[in-house]
Amino acid sequence: MTTSNMTIKLNGTPHDVPEGTTVADLVAQSNLSPDKVAVELNRRLLKTDKYATPLKDGDEVEIVTFVGGG
Amino acid sequence: MNALRIKNFEIRNRLFVGTGKYETYEIMQKALEASGCQVVTVAVRRERLIDQQGRSLLDYLDLSKYVILPNTAGCFTAEDAIRVALLGRELLEKQGNPGAGWVKLEVLGDKKTLLADPVGTIEATKELVKEGFTVLAYTSDDPRSAVRIKEAGAAAVMPAGSPIGSGQGVLNPLNISLCLELLKEGDPDYPVIVDAGVGTASDVTIAMELGADGVLLNTGIAHAKDPVQMAVAMRHALEAGYLAYRAGRIPKKRYATASSPFEGVISYIPGE
Repeated sequence: MTTSNMTIKLNGTPHDVPEGTTVADLVAQSNLSPDKVAVELNRRLLKTDKYATPLKDGDEVEIVTFVGGG
Repeated sequence: MNALRIKNFEIRNRLFVGTGKYETYEIMQKALEASGCQVVTVAVRRERLIDQQGRSLLDYLDLSKYVILPNTAGCFTAEDAIRVALLGRELLEKQGNPGAGWVKLEVLGDKKTLLADPVGTIEATKELVKEGFTVLAYTSDDPRSAVRIKEAGAAAVMPAGSPIGSGQGVLNPLNISLCLELLKEGDPDYPVIVDAGVGTASDVTIAMELGADGVLLNTGIAHAKDPVQMAVAMRHALEAGYLAYRAGRIPKKRYATASSPFEGVISYIPGE
Protein backbone atom coordinates (compact mmCIF):
# COMPACT_ATOMS: atom_id res chain seq x y z
CA MET A 1 0.00 0.00 0.00
CA THR A 2 1.38 3.38 -0.90
CA THR A 3 0.46 6.48 1.00
CA SER A 4 0.67 9.55 -1.15
CA ASN A 5 1.37 12.94 0.30
CA MET A 6 -0.54 16.15 -0.15
CA THR A 7 0.41 19.71 0.55
CA ILE A 8 -1.63 21.83 2.91
CA LYS A 9 -0.98 25.23 4.39
CA LEU A 10 -0.89 25.18 8.18
CA ASN A 11 -0.71 28.56 9.94
CA GLY A 12 0.61 30.15 6.79
CA THR A 13 3.33 27.59 6.07
CA PRO A 14 3.13 24.78 3.47
CA HIS A 15 3.33 21.28 4.97
CA ASP A 16 3.48 17.88 3.29
CA VAL A 17 1.15 15.53 5.11
CA PRO A 18 -0.04 11.99 4.38
CA GLU A 19 -3.33 11.68 2.60
CA GLY A 20 -6.15 11.19 5.05
CA THR A 21 -4.69 13.61 7.60
CA THR A 22 -7.41 15.33 9.62
CA VAL A 23 -7.59 18.56 11.56
CA ALA A 24 -7.70 16.43 14.69
CA ASP A 25 -4.27 15.01 13.72
CA LEU A 26 -2.85 18.51 13.35
CA VAL A 27 -4.33 19.63 16.65
CA ALA A 28 -2.82 16.57 18.34
CA GLN A 29 0.61 17.64 17.08
CA SER A 30 0.24 21.05 18.73
CA ASN A 31 1.07 21.62 22.37
CA LEU A 32 -2.45 22.50 23.36
CA SER A 33 -5.50 20.43 24.08
CA PRO A 34 -8.36 20.75 21.58
CA ASP A 35 -10.37 22.85 24.04
CA LYS A 36 -7.64 25.51 24.00
CA VAL A 37 -7.51 26.01 20.26
CA ALA A 38 -9.89 27.19 17.58
CA VAL A 39 -9.59 26.17 13.95
CA GLU A 40 -10.28 27.70 10.58
CA LEU A 41 -10.44 25.62 7.41
CA ASN A 42 -10.11 27.68 4.24
CA ARG A 43 -10.90 30.88 6.14
CA ARG A 44 -14.08 29.51 7.71
CA LEU A 45 -14.49 28.56 11.34
CA LEU A 46 -14.42 24.80 11.85
CA LYS A 47 -16.36 23.51 14.84
CA THR A 48 -14.81 20.81 17.01
CA ASP A 49 -17.22 18.12 15.82
CA LYS A 50 -15.80 18.52 12.29
CA TYR A 51 -12.15 17.99 13.26
CA ALA A 52 -12.25 14.37 12.05
CA THR A 53 -12.93 15.41 8.44
CA PRO A 54 -10.00 14.39 6.17
CA LEU A 55 -8.14 17.31 4.60
CA LYS A 56 -7.73 17.83 0.86
CA ASP A 57 -4.67 18.89 -1.09
CA GLY A 58 -4.33 22.67 -0.97
CA ASP A 59 -6.45 23.14 2.16
CA GLU A 60 -5.52 26.07 4.36
CA VAL A 61 -5.74 25.47 8.08
CA GLU A 62 -5.31 27.97 10.89
CA ILE A 63 -4.96 26.74 14.46
CA VAL A 64 -5.15 29.60 16.94
CA THR A 65 -5.22 30.15 20.66
CA PHE A 66 -5.23 33.08 23.07
CA VAL A 67 -2.13 35.12 23.83
CA GLY A 68 -1.67 38.20 25.95
CA GLY A 69 -3.15 41.33 24.40
CA GLY A 70 -4.77 44.63 25.18
CA MET B 1 -19.21 52.14 42.27
CA ASN B 2 -22.35 51.18 40.42
CA ALA B 3 -22.09 48.22 38.08
CA LEU B 4 -21.55 49.07 34.42
CA ARG B 5 -24.06 47.54 32.05
CA ILE B 6 -23.02 46.78 28.49
CA LYS B 7 -25.99 45.06 26.88
CA ASN B 8 -26.25 41.72 28.69
CA PHE B 9 -22.96 42.14 30.57
CA GLU B 10 -22.89 43.59 34.07
CA ILE B 11 -19.42 44.71 35.09
CA ARG B 12 -18.59 45.45 38.72
CA ASN B 13 -15.19 47.03 38.11
CA ARG B 14 -14.83 49.64 35.43
CA LEU B 15 -11.12 49.11 34.83
CA PHE B 16 -10.53 46.73 31.89
CA VAL B 17 -6.99 45.38 31.87
CA GLY B 18 -5.00 43.78 29.06
CA THR B 19 -2.86 40.66 29.38
CA GLY B 20 -0.10 41.62 26.92
CA LYS B 21 3.53 42.57 27.41
CA TYR B 22 4.11 41.43 31.01
CA GLU B 23 7.56 40.09 31.75
CA THR B 24 6.10 36.84 33.09
CA TYR B 25 2.69 35.25 33.46
CA GLU B 26 3.18 35.37 37.24
CA ILE B 27 3.61 39.15 37.24
CA MET B 28 0.55 39.43 35.00
CA GLN B 29 -1.51 37.38 37.45
CA LYS B 30 -0.46 39.56 40.40
CA ALA B 31 -1.07 42.79 38.48
CA LEU B 32 -4.54 41.70 37.37
CA GLU B 33 -5.37 40.76 40.94
CA ALA B 34 -4.06 44.08 42.27
CA SER B 35 -6.01 46.08 39.68
CA GLY B 36 -9.28 44.63 40.97
CA CYS B 37 -10.44 44.21 37.38
CA GLN B 38 -13.15 41.80 36.34
CA VAL B 39 -12.69 42.11 32.59
CA VAL B 40 -9.40 41.15 30.95
CA THR B 41 -8.59 41.40 27.27
CA VAL B 42 -6.76 38.78 25.23
CA ALA B 43 -5.61 38.40 21.62
CA VAL B 44 -6.10 35.53 19.16
CA ARG B 45 -2.94 34.25 17.49
CA ARG B 46 -1.60 31.29 15.58
CA GLU B 47 -0.65 28.46 17.87
CA ARG B 48 3.09 27.89 17.66
CA LEU B 49 3.42 24.22 16.94
CA ILE B 50 6.80 24.08 18.57
CA ASP B 51 6.66 26.04 21.79
CA GLN B 52 9.49 25.09 24.13
CA GLN B 53 7.58 25.87 27.28
CA GLY B 54 4.18 24.74 26.03
CA ARG B 55 2.51 27.23 28.37
CA SER B 56 -0.82 28.72 27.49
CA LEU B 57 -2.15 32.07 28.64
CA LEU B 58 -5.35 30.23 29.52
CA ASP B 59 -3.47 28.29 32.22
CA TYR B 60 -2.76 31.59 33.97
CA LEU B 61 -6.20 33.16 33.91
CA ASP B 62 -8.83 32.14 36.43
CA LEU B 63 -11.75 31.74 34.05
CA SER B 64 -14.23 31.45 36.89
CA LYS B 65 -13.20 34.90 38.09
CA TYR B 66 -12.54 36.95 34.96
CA VAL B 67 -14.75 37.76 32.02
CA ILE B 68 -12.46 37.45 29.02
CA LEU B 69 -12.80 40.12 26.33
CA PRO B 70 -11.16 38.84 23.16
CA ASN B 71 -9.84 41.49 20.80
CA THR B 72 -9.26 41.62 17.07
CA ALA B 73 -5.94 43.41 17.43
CA GLY B 74 -3.71 43.21 14.40
CA CYS B 75 -6.61 43.21 11.92
CA PHE B 76 -6.58 45.78 9.14
CA THR B 77 -9.74 44.73 7.30
CA ALA B 78 -13.30 44.15 8.42
CA GLU B 79 -13.12 40.63 6.95
CA ASP B 80 -10.11 39.62 9.05
CA ALA B 81 -11.57 41.18 12.19
CA ILE B 82 -14.75 39.12 11.73
CA ARG B 83 -12.70 35.91 11.28
CA VAL B 84 -10.73 36.64 14.44
CA ALA B 85 -13.89 37.50 16.39
CA LEU B 86 -15.45 34.17 15.42
CA LEU B 87 -12.30 32.28 16.45
CA GLY B 88 -12.22 34.10 19.80
CA ARG B 89 -15.85 33.27 20.43
CA GLU B 90 -15.22 29.62 19.61
CA LEU B 91 -12.33 29.48 22.10
CA LEU B 92 -14.38 31.06 24.87
CA GLU B 93 -17.39 28.85 24.17
CA LYS B 94 -15.12 25.85 24.66
CA GLN B 95 -13.98 27.32 27.97
CA GLY B 96 -17.52 28.14 29.07
CA ASN B 97 -16.56 31.77 29.70
CA PRO B 98 -19.26 34.46 29.35
CA GLY B 99 -16.82 36.49 27.24
CA ALA B 100 -17.90 34.33 24.29
CA GLY B 101 -20.72 36.80 23.76
CA TRP B 102 -18.66 39.90 23.13
CA VAL B 103 -15.64 41.23 21.30
CA LYS B 104 -13.33 44.20 21.46
CA LEU B 105 -13.34 45.17 17.81
CA GLU B 106 -10.19 46.68 16.36
CA VAL B 107 -9.94 47.39 12.66
CA LEU B 108 -6.72 49.30 12.30
CA GLY B 109 -5.58 51.64 9.56
CA ASP B 110 -1.83 51.20 9.70
CA LYS B 111 0.84 49.56 11.81
CA LYS B 112 2.62 52.77 12.75
CA THR B 113 -0.18 54.71 14.44
CA LEU B 114 -2.51 51.75 15.18
CA LEU B 115 -5.35 54.22 14.77
CA ALA B 116 -8.71 52.70 13.93
CA ASP B 117 -9.99 52.70 10.37
CA PRO B 118 -13.51 54.11 10.79
CA VAL B 119 -14.97 52.61 7.59
CA GLY B 120 -13.67 49.11 8.32
CA THR B 121 -14.79 49.43 11.94
CA ILE B 122 -18.33 50.33 10.88
CA GLU B 123 -18.47 47.47 8.33
CA ALA B 124 -17.22 44.94 10.85
CA THR B 125 -19.55 46.24 13.59
CA LYS B 126 -22.62 45.71 11.39
CA GLU B 127 -21.55 42.20 10.45
CA LEU B 128 -20.63 41.14 13.99
CA VAL B 129 -23.92 42.45 15.37
CA LYS B 130 -25.68 40.24 12.79
CA GLU B 131 -23.57 37.34 14.09
CA GLY B 132 -24.95 38.02 17.56
CA PHE B 133 -21.91 39.69 19.11
CA THR B 134 -21.98 42.44 21.70
CA VAL B 135 -19.49 44.73 19.99
CA LEU B 136 -17.20 47.06 21.94
CA ALA B 137 -15.58 49.11 19.21
CA TYR B 138 -12.17 50.72 19.56
CA THR B 139 -11.95 53.97 17.62
CA SER B 140 -10.03 57.23 17.54
CA ASP B 141 -11.34 60.19 19.51
CA ASP B 142 -13.25 61.63 16.54
CA PRO B 143 -16.79 62.31 17.81
CA ARG B 144 -18.54 61.89 14.43
CA SER B 145 -16.90 58.50 13.78
CA ALA B 146 -17.92 57.47 17.27
CA VAL B 147 -21.56 58.32 16.51
CA ARG B 148 -21.49 56.37 13.24
CA ILE B 149 -20.06 53.34 15.03
CA LYS B 150 -22.82 53.52 17.62
CA GLU B 151 -25.40 53.77 14.82
CA ALA B 152 -23.84 50.69 13.21
CA GLY B 153 -24.88 48.77 16.31
CA ALA B 154 -21.90 48.85 18.67
CA ALA B 155 -22.92 48.15 22.28
CA ALA B 156 -20.11 50.42 23.48
CA VAL B 157 -17.73 52.81 21.80
CA MET B 158 -14.15 52.99 23.02
CA PRO B 159 -12.37 56.13 21.89
CA ALA B 160 -8.61 56.25 22.29
CA GLY B 161 -7.11 58.83 24.63
CA SER B 162 -3.94 58.72 22.50
CA PRO B 163 -2.29 56.05 20.31
CA ILE B 164 -2.15 52.49 21.67
CA GLY B 165 0.82 51.94 23.97
CA SER B 166 1.99 55.55 23.61
CA GLY B 167 1.47 56.47 27.26
CA GLN B 168 0.45 59.99 26.27
CA GLY B 169 -2.79 59.92 28.25
CA VAL B 170 -5.89 61.82 27.17
CA LEU B 171 -4.44 64.17 24.55
CA ASN B 172 -7.69 65.81 23.49
CA PRO B 173 -10.08 66.02 26.43
CA LEU B 174 -12.42 68.15 24.33
CA ASN B 175 -12.85 65.39 21.76
CA ILE B 176 -13.41 62.76 24.44
CA SER B 177 -16.03 64.96 26.11
CA LEU B 178 -17.70 65.59 22.74
CA CYS B 179 -17.73 61.82 22.11
CA LEU B 180 -19.40 61.40 25.49
CA GLU B 181 -21.89 64.17 24.83
CA LEU B 182 -22.93 62.95 21.38
CA LEU B 183 -23.01 59.25 22.26
CA LYS B 184 -25.04 59.81 25.41
CA GLU B 185 -27.48 62.34 23.94
CA GLY B 186 -30.93 61.00 24.84
CA ASP B 187 -29.20 57.75 25.86
CA PRO B 188 -27.33 58.59 29.09
CA ASP B 189 -26.51 54.99 29.93
CA TYR B 190 -24.79 54.28 26.61
CA PRO B 191 -21.36 52.95 27.63
CA VAL B 192 -18.26 54.85 26.54
CA ILE B 193 -14.90 53.46 27.59
CA VAL B 194 -11.64 55.28 27.05
CA ASP B 195 -9.31 52.73 25.50
CA ALA B 196 -5.62 53.17 24.90
CA GLY B 197 -2.92 55.69 25.62
CA VAL B 198 -2.90 55.54 29.42
CA GLY B 199 0.60 56.19 30.76
CA THR B 200 -0.01 56.69 34.45
CA ALA B 201 -2.74 56.82 37.08
CA SER B 202 -3.79 60.44 36.52
CA ASP B 203 -4.65 59.62 32.90
CA VAL B 204 -7.28 57.18 34.16
CA THR B 205 -8.67 59.76 36.55
CA ILE B 206 -8.87 62.39 33.80
CA ALA B 207 -10.80 60.01 31.53
CA MET B 208 -13.24 59.20 34.33
CA GLU B 209 -13.60 62.87 35.35
CA LEU B 210 -14.67 63.62 31.79
CA GLY B 211 -17.54 61.19 32.35
CA ALA B 212 -16.23 58.01 30.77
CA ASP B 213 -17.89 54.81 32.00
CA GLY B 214 -14.62 52.94 32.22
CA VAL B 215 -11.02 52.73 31.06
CA LEU B 216 -9.23 49.97 29.21
CA LEU B 217 -5.46 49.82 29.50
CA ASN B 218 -2.56 47.42 29.17
CA THR B 219 0.91 48.88 28.63
CA GLY B 220 0.54 51.47 31.41
CA ILE B 221 0.55 48.60 33.90
CA ALA B 222 2.53 45.93 32.05
CA HIS B 223 5.52 48.16 31.30
CA ALA B 224 5.57 50.11 34.56
CA LYS B 225 8.71 49.53 36.62
CA ASP B 226 6.51 47.86 39.21
CA PRO B 227 3.41 46.60 37.42
CA VAL B 228 1.69 45.38 40.59
CA GLN B 229 2.02 48.73 42.34
CA MET B 230 0.90 50.56 39.21
CA ALA B 231 -2.14 48.27 39.03
CA VAL B 232 -3.12 49.38 42.54
CA ALA B 233 -2.61 53.03 41.52
CA MET B 234 -4.80 52.55 38.44
CA ARG B 235 -7.56 51.01 40.55
CA HIS B 236 -7.59 53.98 42.94
CA ALA B 237 -7.27 56.46 40.07
CA LEU B 238 -10.35 55.03 38.42
CA GLU B 239 -12.34 55.25 41.62
CA ALA B 240 -11.14 58.82 42.25
CA GLY B 241 -12.24 59.94 38.78
CA TYR B 242 -15.55 58.09 39.04
CA LEU B 243 -16.38 59.77 42.33
CA ALA B 244 -15.13 63.22 41.30
CA TYR B 245 -17.27 63.19 38.14
CA ARG B 246 -20.36 62.34 40.15
CA ALA B 247 -19.50 64.81 42.89
CA GLY B 248 -19.39 67.59 40.27
CA ARG B 249 -16.29 69.69 39.93
CA ILE B 250 -16.28 73.47 40.49
CA PRO B 251 -16.07 75.67 37.43
CA LYS B 252 -12.61 77.00 36.57
CA LYS B 253 -12.24 80.71 37.29
CA ARG B 254 -9.67 83.21 36.13
CA TYR B 255 -9.08 84.83 39.54
CA ALA B 256 -8.78 83.60 43.09
CA THR B 257 -11.70 83.28 45.47
CA ALA B 258 -10.61 83.31 49.10
CA SER B 259 -11.48 80.33 51.26
CA SER B 260 -11.12 82.44 54.44
CA PRO B 261 -13.49 85.40 54.78
CA PHE B 262 -12.16 88.93 54.34
CA GLU B 263 -14.75 90.18 56.77
CA GLY B 264 -13.11 90.93 60.10
CA VAL B 265 -9.51 90.82 58.94
CA ILE B 266 -7.21 93.07 60.94
CA SER B 267 -4.74 93.47 58.07
CA TYR B 268 -4.09 96.12 55.45
CA ILE B 269 -5.66 95.13 52.11
CA PRO B 270 -3.96 96.57 49.01
CA GLY B 271 -6.28 98.76 46.94
CA GLU B 272 -8.86 99.25 49.73
